[in-house]
Amino acid sequence: MTTHLTINGSPRSTDAPGDVPLLWVLRDEIGLTGTKYGCGVAACGACTVHIDGEAVRSCQIALADVWGPVTTIEGLGTPAALHPLQDAWIRHQVAQCGYCQSGQIMQAAALLATTPTPTDADIDSAMAGNLCRCGTYGRIRAAIHDAAAVMAEGA
Amino acid sequence: MGKLGTITRRSFLVASVAVAGGVAFGVYKIRQPVPNPLTPQDGTALNAFLVIDADGITVVSGRADMGQGAQTTLAAMVAEELDVPWQSVKIAHGPASAAYYNGALLESAVGGFDYERAAWRRSLGAALGQVGKLFGTQITGGSTSMRDGWGKMRHAGASAREALKLAAAERLNEPVETLRTQDGSVIARDGTSLTYAELAEAAARVDPPQVDPRPRSDWRLLGTALPRPDIPAKSTGTANYGIDTRLQGMKFATIRMSPRLGGAMLRFDPAPALAIEGVERVIDLGTGIAVIARNTWLAFQGAQAAQIDWGPAPYPATSAEIDTALVAGFDTDPDITGRDDGDADGPHSGTVIEAEYRLPFLAHATMEPMNATALFTGDALDLWSPSQAPIGQRDAVAAAVGLPSAAVTVHTTMMGGGFGRRIEYDYSVLAARVAQAMPGTPVQVTWSREEDMTHDFYRPAAIARLRGVVNDGQAVVMDARLSTPGLLDPLLRRWVGVSPPVGDSTIIEGLADQPYAIPNYRMRGHAVDLGVPVGFWRSVGSSYNGFVHESFIDELAHAAGRDPIAFRLDLARPKSAAAAGVLDAVREMSGWDGDKPVGTGRGVAMTWSFGTPVAQVVEVRDEGGAIRIARAWVACDTGVVLDPGILSAQMAGGLIFGLSAAVHGQITFGDGMVEQLNFPDTDVLRMSGAPQIETRLLEANPHLGGGGEPGTPPAAAALANALFDLTGIRARSLPLDRQFSFVL
Repeated sequence: MTTHLTINGSPRSTDAPGDVPLLWVLRDEIGLTGTKYGCGVAACGACTVHIDGEAVRSCQIALADVWGPVTTIEGLGTPAALHPLQDAWIRHQVAQCGYCQSGQIMQAAALLATTPTPTDADIDSAMAGNLCRCGTYGRIRAAIHDAAAVMAEGA
Repeated sequence: MGKLGTITRRSFLVASVAVAGGVAFGVYKIRQPVPNPLTPQDGTALNAFLVIDADGITVVSGRADMGQGAQTTLAAMVAEELDVPWQSVKIAHGPASAAYYNGALLESAVGGFDYERAAWRRSLGAALGQVGKLFGTQITGGSTSMRDGWGKMRHAGASAREALKLAAAERLNEPVETLRTQDGSVIARDGTSLTYAELAEAAARVDPPQVDPRPRSDWRLLGTALPRPDIPAKSTGTANYGIDTRLQGMKFATIRMSPRLGGAMLRFDPAPALAIEGVERVIDLGTGIAVIARNTWLAFQGAQAAQIDWGPAPYPATSAEIDTALVAGFDTDPDITGRDDGDADGPHSGTVIEAEYRLPFLAHATMEPMNATALFTGDALDLWSPSQAPIGQRDAVAAAVGLPSAAVTVHTTMMGGGFGRRIEYDYSVLAARVAQAMPGTPVQVTWSREEDMTHDFYRPAAIARLRGVVNDGQAVVMDARLSTPGLLDPLLRRWVGVSPPVGDSTIIEGLADQPYAIPNYRMRGHAVDLGVPVGFWRSVGSSYNGFVHESFIDELAHAAGRDPIAFRLDLARPKSAAAAGVLDAVREMSGWDGDKPVGTGRGVAMTWSFGTPVAQVVEVRDEGGAIRIARAWVACDTGVVLDPGILSAQMAGGLIFGLSAAVHGQITFGDGMVEQLNFPDTDVLRMSGAPQIETRLLEANPHLGGGGEPGTPPAAAALANALFDLTGIRARSLPLDRQFSFVL
């Protein structure tokens, strides 16, 4: 059976079985590898994408259950046209190994969409589901505050 | 970062002009250079570390970047000498080649305590380090990338610059002394400018001059926080890790090996796996299975569905039995005595303190699970592997599929963390064996997180027994014994099939080599051969000994009625100004001598590891019964700060890595199987539970020290000492979440 999705604004279709999680459809069926596999049990946040603007763990959403347009890290911004969060991530030199950062940025983007000027407590609460083994948390927090300020200026 | 493919896959053209590799330095026959492995199609390889083409320069790193930022600073060392704009510098990982031997790794194996190692001894170490060239130790580990690159990369840049100037001198018929270099060009007195790209081919024919690197006073790049070239891709989902390798016609696969590590597979039934839509094939690997499917998740489902009977574990089946074996280790003669100052057994008056500490096995849990991709074509094999040791991978993979090493091409990819796990080559060997079963078809073998966590080479568990005597406010005796599986013996048997000829120094590193002037100071280790797979885990022996040594020093300080920092300073000052300096720094940074906020506790620890002393103060706060790890201060001394941004990130990251293990980390065994399967079972600190961290980077150390690991060893002790300060409870076993309730 063919499933039709909207991913990063473009129509995509796949004949993968409906129980395959969105994460693996993105990575292995469609070839969008920016979204990462870390745990498969919604414990690390590396696979975070947006469905209809909401941050979700794509390892837990079966293909057949995807309820709206999907945005991945590749659709948030590109190297040539960065999202303010990605720009802040680069200016703050956040990444070390970088493997968790796609999920961190997608989670942060969903936070700023609902909470444009988050406090430290807001950030801690929103980001607690996203693991980083390199320990980049301090720079992630600073980059989110910075991006929030930039987005507020632009608004 | 895509340059590697260009260099290694399409090789012809300039082989004739590629100069013999690298920079020869050293004093013995070993100084003979190894061949330059680079034969790029586009551009010219001036040496094993530098390719120049029309777009700029590519620095070829023999060291992998698993997130620590080593490639950035190695590239800066070359660029500093070469006068090229930082923005134009590209970085590629070199092929598996002896040209990229790690001299510093062997150099660090020279005996004696690092903090007091004399210059002559370092020279001896450097000579020994050259042996790395013979052995081809192309390993990223031991916090050695800067120490190894310090000579090689700056010389490579300086030598290339002078070769470019000589080529320009000939072209322009001008004396070389009149030429200067700027922004990627050689410029003559009259303003005539020749780009490096124009000169590269001629420069590659010049016998490269040996010149000294520039003095620090001339640095423009080194010593500053440079933007890392890898970060834009890592911030946009466009960085390609091993797991992101995508090849034409590639199949997805996973493996399922015995949950009793190293145990036999008695029988298996692939039918339930093959019944799943999208599962294509099940391969018998002898000690486990591989499942091929249209995507990785379906392969995971197939691997779980297969019915398999596993044999018993070749080691004690429960953690209780393992602990019993470690305790029995104390009844044997010590395998190594790392230090024996004074007379620890002698009669000494004073207060006697005795304690036992216990630390668990730990998993590496890199964010990117183990994976590798391979293409077997009958007479050759290509391997795409996120690896810390490309030569070892190449040779192991070649042996596993019955090819000569020369028939295996290793592509080292970006890594989602390493922490020592990716020095091993098991995951690449398994991928190669799967590829061998499907010639002509590239296959990516990805481990589930569960397979990754239950098939690690674990940080060894350890039990320590200590006795100390304090008198008149001073430490008189510190006598420690450690019982642990050790590392070198199982590792060398696994890698090269022989036992090490000397005692396993990893057992007592971080314990016996600390810069403390305790008059009666003895450190001994007992190696217990358990059979549990163990390996290098960020900071190795210092990861457990930092906790043991610095917790017990704290116990001695309290028994002596002394302030823990003042007590340590009395012991450290006579031995090392650098060690005393980092203690002084955290004392000042944390406001240690002032009043503490109500409801808080503070602890200090200092460990000298990998050439670098690091002191940490951790502050904990009682928040209504749950304890928050609120703040931390870190001071390190690497002698020279090559990139303050990267080093500071390593220090903060190393601390969090150590705190994560201290609070949550454990691997236990039941029925021969690892009982922690995924992050919820052995969690790590999250943003909400991590402290605010302030770092200070000192430069009083007379020698260049490592940066990737030294931030980890003091963390657990600093936290446990803070918990004692807050609660009066002395934590002598890890993880701490079994004993304390934390704000997470």
